[in-house]
Amino acid sequence: MTMQTQTSAQPAPGIASRLKGSALSSRAIGPILLGLYLCFQMLPIYWLVRMSLMQPGDIMSSSAFLPTAPSFDNYRTIFTDPAWYMSYVNSLSYVALNVVITLSVALPAAYAFSRYKFIGDKHVFFWLFTNRMAPPAVFLLPFFQLYSAVGLFDTPLAVALAHCLFNVPLAVWILEGFMSGVPREIDETAYVDGYSFPRFFLTVFLPLVRAGIGVTAFFCFMFSWVELLLAKTLTSIEAKPIVVAMTRTVSASGLDWGLLAAAGVLTILPGAAVIYFVRNYIAKGFALGRV
Amino acid sequence: MAQIVIDSLRHSYDGNLSDPGALALKQVDLTWEDGRAYALLGPSGCGKSSMLNIISGLVRQSTGRILFDGTDVSDLPTEKRNIAQVFQFPVLYDTMTVEQNLAFPLKNRRLPTDEIRRRVADVAEMLDLGPLLKKRASGLGAAEKQKISLGRGLVRSDVAAVLFDEPLTVIDPHVKFELRRKLKLLHEELGLTLIYVTHDQSEALTLADEVVVMAEGEVMQAGTPEQLYERPSHTFVGNFIGSPGMNFIPCRAEGERLVFSGGSLPLPPALSRSISSGQSLKIGIRPQHLRLDTSGTPQIAAHLIELQPRGDSYVADLRIGETALAMRVPDDVALPAAPFGVSFPPKHTLLYADDSLIGDLDA
Amino acid sequence: MHKTQDNRAWFLILPVVILVAFSAVIPLMTVVNYSVQDIFGPGQRYLIGLEWFRETLRDPEVHRAFLRQMAFSGIVLAIEIPLGVLVALALPRAGWKSSLAIVFLALPLLIPFNVVGTIWQLYARPEIGFFGRVINDLGIGFNYTADPISAWVTIVVMDVWHWTPLVALLAFAGLRSIPDAYYQAARIDGASRVAIFRYIELPKMRSVLTIAVLLRFMDSFMIYAEPFVVTGGGPGSATTFLSIRLVNMAVGQFDLGPAAAFSLIYFLVILLVSYVFYTILQRVSAQ
Repeated sequence: MTMQTQTSAQPAPGIASRLKGSALSSRAIGPILLGLYLCFQMLPIYWLVRMSLMQPGDIMSSSAFLPTAPSFDNYRTIFTDPAWYMSYVNSLSYVALNVVITLSVALPAAYAFSRYKFIGDKHVFFWLFTNRMAPPAVFLLPFFQLYSAVGLFDTPLAVALAHCLFNVPLAVWILEGFMSGVPREIDETAYVDGYSFPRFFLTVFLPLVRAGIGVTAFFCFMFSWVELLLAKTLTSIEAKPIVVAMTRTVSASGLDWGLLAAAGVLTILPGAAVIYFVRNYIAKGFALGRV
Repeated sequence: MAQIVIDSLRHSYDGNLSDPGALALKQVDLTWEDGRAYALLGPSGCGKSSMLNIISGLVRQSTGRILFDGTDVSDLPTEKRNIAQVFQFPVLYDTMTVEQNLAFPLKNRRLPTDEIRRRVADVAEMLDLGPLLKKRASGLGAAEKQKISLGRGLVRSDVAAVLFDEPLTVIDPHVKFELRRKLKLLHEELGLTLIYVTHDQSEALTLADEVVVMAEGEVMQAGTPEQLYERPSHTFVGNFIGSPGMNFIPCRAEGERLVFSGGSLPLPPALSRSISSGQSLKIGIRPQHLRLDTSGTPQIAAHLIELQPRGDSYVADLRIGETALAMRVPDDVALPAAPFGVSFPPKHTLLYADDSLIGDLDA
Repeated sequence: MHKTQDNRAWFLILPVVILVAFSAVIPLMTVVNYSVQDIFGPGQRYLIGLEWFRETLRDPEVHRAFLRQMAFSGIVLAIEIPLGVLVALALPRAGWKSSLAIVFLALPLLIPFNVVGTIWQLYARPEIGFFGRVINDLGIGFNYTADPISAWVTIVVMDVWHWTPLVALLAFAGLRSIPDAYYQAARIDGASRVAIFRYIELPKMRSVLTIAVLLRFMDSFMIYAEPFVVTGGGPGSATTFLSIRLVNMAVGQFDLGPAAAFSLIYFLVILLVSYVFYTILQRVSAQ
């Protein structure tokens, strides 16, 4: 026998240096690059925050890195003026409506696309997809007329429905990707066990794709929250969203940059909160479930 | 090819060596001789893959040294160690053809083009990949892909050893057999030093000249397949190798006899001297070494619980006293339904003290 | 995955079809209707056939907006795709640092388009913005309200700032799907960092990068709010992209007929280019 095992505890030879110089330097490039990029990315946002803490006069006279005479006056104005804070409520309500509508129609459709072949499946899928490519500018006037005609103009529902134009195709696409990752055997087993389709879908299948649902909701939130053109066209007074309130304030009261910056900062916060909740799924979600 | 020595190796993934329970590898000393085929056998999480990755340099050990032909390579990066490694799942460069895949390690080492072409052709010939050379690697089956992974190792003339990390996991059973034979052939032809990690004992026993059994970061036993089978030096090895594994019966020494629930056996004086008081003793015997006692005056009575057919033989689940045992019975032997006698051939009946082998009852 | 043929699946997609038909097909029909009529007011419409299409296709303003749009999409794709891949390569693969970096990285994607415009409008102002001031301090005359080149730089940098994270996150998702064994095998094979990128990482990122190119092309081709807020399409019409031009025609000048014809051509161009990408994407993911 040529191998030997020893159990005697020999003194361990000194720990050799773990990192070689070259490995260390090439490893440092990544963090430096990332750090620089994040600086590039955060600086404009910092600038907005800085301005939101300043008075109009100071803003126009200073480009110092730190805010001069910082105060929360601008935020106070927004939180005490119903025209301002109600516009946040309006925005959030059409975004929430849009997420609910989109998910409730996209879930069964995505299931159909991931599980069945049927007449025209590929064409319908591409047709849905084309709507994601449609420039909202194309639909401005027709939407205005359509929603006026059915009496939905200036309601959150109008904006929520209009945003379905690009969110529904995207939701079907993402969900189809996630659902295709669930083995078919699960469906078959459930049917053999005597589950009806609705019961199987709601109690067995949906919990399995909840990460996908979360990611989809995130995307619907994102694209609905950031959109300006349709939201602006389909509302006037009652349902005015924050993005529109900001553009109109600019023209009405001259340029109150401080107030505008504060309103801008407040539009970033909901997004930041949502990102935090989906941070672990976000990478996969951005690949639309296809990785 | 080279001799590989592992010298007082210890490894912990979090770098903390103070807690022995958390170590991936606890104190390993081994020598892998040049040109032999070794199997590294053990249950998942026993440290066998860590050992492999440390030899190839993918993982840097916490302490200890790795020597190739007497040269310390502990601080050499993987690409300088001249090691070939084949992984559990085939790794291929999808955008390349089979030929480019095979040439890749040589290209990276900047060999002359005609040299590369010659070697790739040789390796393709050896692995029967010739007709596939111009094909895209991504479209092939798992077995071909794994052959290409192996080919990328063999194409380098200077490899010190070829390491395999459960390479046949994703291969169909009938192709598995074929590949295993091919591997054995190549080993004999090229005189490769092979280290083959597996948790499949039949793979280990058929492929290797020597088998190293690991458990919980330690080497339990190293030896030929026969040694491991007939004289496991630790109850773990006895249990782990063989199907069903070795029978173990807890017992105690009383004078010149080993007493256990349901009977006793004579204890040779030589063996008796190597037992110290307070040690827990076990008798170990392989299922096929248990014999039906037809002497007419059976000393030890067994009850039959169940018979399991195994093709040309049966495995009988028995009970002796309070201990369950397995016994292999040839097809043509009928076991009585009533309690019957069994005998323990002394040559094959081993005694373990605190789970370590101290000898057989034939001493 | 094996799919079964079952036409009853249509019942499952019916809600989507109805909803999208309501919000896309009906409005699109209206656009088609406008595009072939001359409208003076309620009740005063005349069918004029393809006149508006001819006019739009001959309009030099439209030509210039189209070229500008192509240039813009080309430039931002050429910057954002490589930069996004680079950022993805620099991201830590796992752990809290990775999560934190992702949260920061994703932030611009959730800022409303007009707020993105507002941020850059302020940030790039020579007298009060950090970006504008730093560039002027470097001795380069920079004023996006007066100088077309400054305006373009501002818009492009803004778009890079806004959308590179999307590319980075997509590329990161592709990178994370590569099993460790690939990197280990590459080390065994003695592959250099460049070879690892070229032969392992890039092929594995191919499908996600196709998605990135597709999304970035579509969205950059439709860009409206961000440049509109920053430059209003100016100075002159230096940053008047297709959507800005379209909205000016439809809302500003109320030229419904030409605007509708323009819309349809615009939509068709996007559709055509996207169809090419989509086909490539299908082929890539089929592999």
